[in-house]
Amino acid sequence: MKKNPERSQKIAFFFLLLANLLIVVPVGLIIVIIVAKGFPALTWEFISQMPRQGMRAGGIFPAIIGTIYLVGGAILFALPIGVLAAIYLCEYATHSRMSRVVKLAIVNLAGVPSVVYGLFGLALFVVFCKFGVSILSGALTLGIMILPIIITASREALESVPPAFREVSLSLGASKWQTIRNIVLPNAIPGILTGAILGLGRASGETAPILFTVAAFYLPRLPSSVFDQVMALPYHLYVISTQVPNVDEKIRYGTALVLLLLVLFMNSVAILIRNKFRKQKRW
Amino acid sequence: MVKFSVKKLHVWFGAAHILRGVSLDILSNEILSVIGPANSGKTTFLRMLNRLNELEPGFRMNGAIALDGADSLSEDVERLRKRIGMVFAMPLPLPLSIFDNVAYGARMHGIRKTARLQGIVEQALREAYLWDEVKDRLPTSAFNLSGGQQQRLCIARTLAVQPEVILFDEPCSGLDPISTAKVEEAMLKLKRQYTLILVTNNVKQAARVGDRTAFFLNGELIEVNKTDKIFTVPADKRTEDYIRGKFG
Ligand SMILES: Nc1ncnc2c1ncn2[C@@H]1O[C@H](COP(=O)(O)OP(=O)(O)OP(=O)(O)O)[C@@H](O)[C@H]1O
Ligand SMILES: [Mg+2]
Repeated sequence: MKKNPERSQKIAFFFLLLANLLIVVPVGLIIVIIVAKGFPALTWEFISQMPRQGMRAGGIFPAIIGTIYLVGGAILFALPIGVLAAIYLCEYATHSRMSRVVKLAIVNLAGVPSVVYGLFGLALFVVFCKFGVSILSGALTLGIMILPIIITASREALESVPPAFREVSLSLGASKWQTIRNIVLPNAIPGILTGAILGLGRASGETAPILFTVAAFYLPRLPSSVFDQVMALPYHLYVISTQVPNVDEKIRYGTALVLLLLVLFMNSVAILIRNKFRKQKRW
Repeated sequence: MVKFSVKKLHVWFGAAHILRGVSLDILSNEILSVIGPANSGKTTFLRMLNRLNELEPGFRMNGAIALDGADSLSEDVERLRKRIGMVFAMPLPLPLSIFDNVAYGARMHGIRKTARLQGIVEQALREAYLWDEVKDRLPTSAFNLSGGQQQRLCIARTLAVQPEVILFDEPCSGLDPISTAKVEEAMLKLKRQYTLILVTNNVKQAARVGDRTAFFLNGELIEVNKTDKIFTVPADKRTEDYIRGKFG
């Protein structure tokens, strides 16, 4: 067969387009289906009321609040620790054996299945630390799960700050910490926030880590302290989809839609903050 | 008076022997030009004086460096770097406003009062011949300045820390002739108060501004002498070859 460059170009183009469609179509379908089936459920009552009739009616307010508490707690725990660890790895222990061990540990942590984090959280926080099945245990478990994401993103952000800036600062007699504090960190914040965004999304969607550590099957009231159990959206979705018979489809998809919107909202806030910092960065 | 006294300085990066026994005295209030072909160790020598090489992985050294007679290698490194400013080859403004760039060092050394900082910034910008060009746009980003203005901003930023010595590493390599002339003019004026060391790839520049000139080759100091001597009757054949443009 003779080579026909025009035809092979067309074939290549077809497959490239196909690959892209394969990405876009499922995403589009997920959104369309969830919005179409869930939107009718989306009333003020649904997002602001307690569930009733064994979760077959009423709202999902406690699950929304629970997820916000858990994700907020996880970020509050993981962001400072992750950033401090990344600073240590990038700026202080760049070539030490210690840093190589830590980097290896982070790569492996990122690959651990989320249910294993759940068991780990149960053993460490619930049982050993005696926090019980509580918001505190759940948020810490989620925090540990997203720690690798945050450390990796923060490290990349710190490494992307040109070394020349550090040299300039040091050459003016600034200390290492002053250099990190005034030059390196401010310019790494957008990248660090990207890590936080990824972590937010991951933490709000996972069911397994909160299953043993915090999530309540049915708890139609708000928590009064960090030692209380809460409902959470992903687990609630699992419960009403598989454990409780005769739940209206509308309610299930409505719950999924609320979860999506919540993640979208939290991401938008983080992206807004990031853009504010990006504007200042120019080199 | 001797400002810097360097004795038998050897530097290695990993296995590479970069400086091979350099001994050199640098006098107060002189401009010492350092010339030599690429990779001859000029930058490495300069970065020994403010101890920036210590940041590099695989760095090792041997020898002695004294500043005003006191061992500079055992001094507190931040205090040492405050006394020895550096202007890098590329204009390197920090990602801050013009004002904050110049005020950076002073702030890091604990000066907080706005009025005081304003005074320091204005004086430094005047000394670097930049004040008139930027006085109306101090709060704007330093990256909006031209290359030549950025380099004078870097000089001002260095001056604002009130150093005793200023190291220039090919400060004009990215600049057009007019910007270069302005930077050179600034350097000649600065000589009254500071000791300047100018590494340059431009032999003519060394001849224009240097009181004395040192010639480096392959990590060795071949010779150092009054600039007019180096350029008229160099003692070493290799120096003569270099300044006549035979290699490098
Ligand atoms: N941090 C480092 N690690 C390893 N090798 C280095 C390092 N810094 C410099 N070198 C090596 O040292 C040698 C001398 O470099 P140096 O920058 O001092 O030369 P130079 O005379 O300033 O050259 P140029 O005129 O090109 O700027 C070069 O071969 C360079 O590769
Ligand atoms: Mg150089």
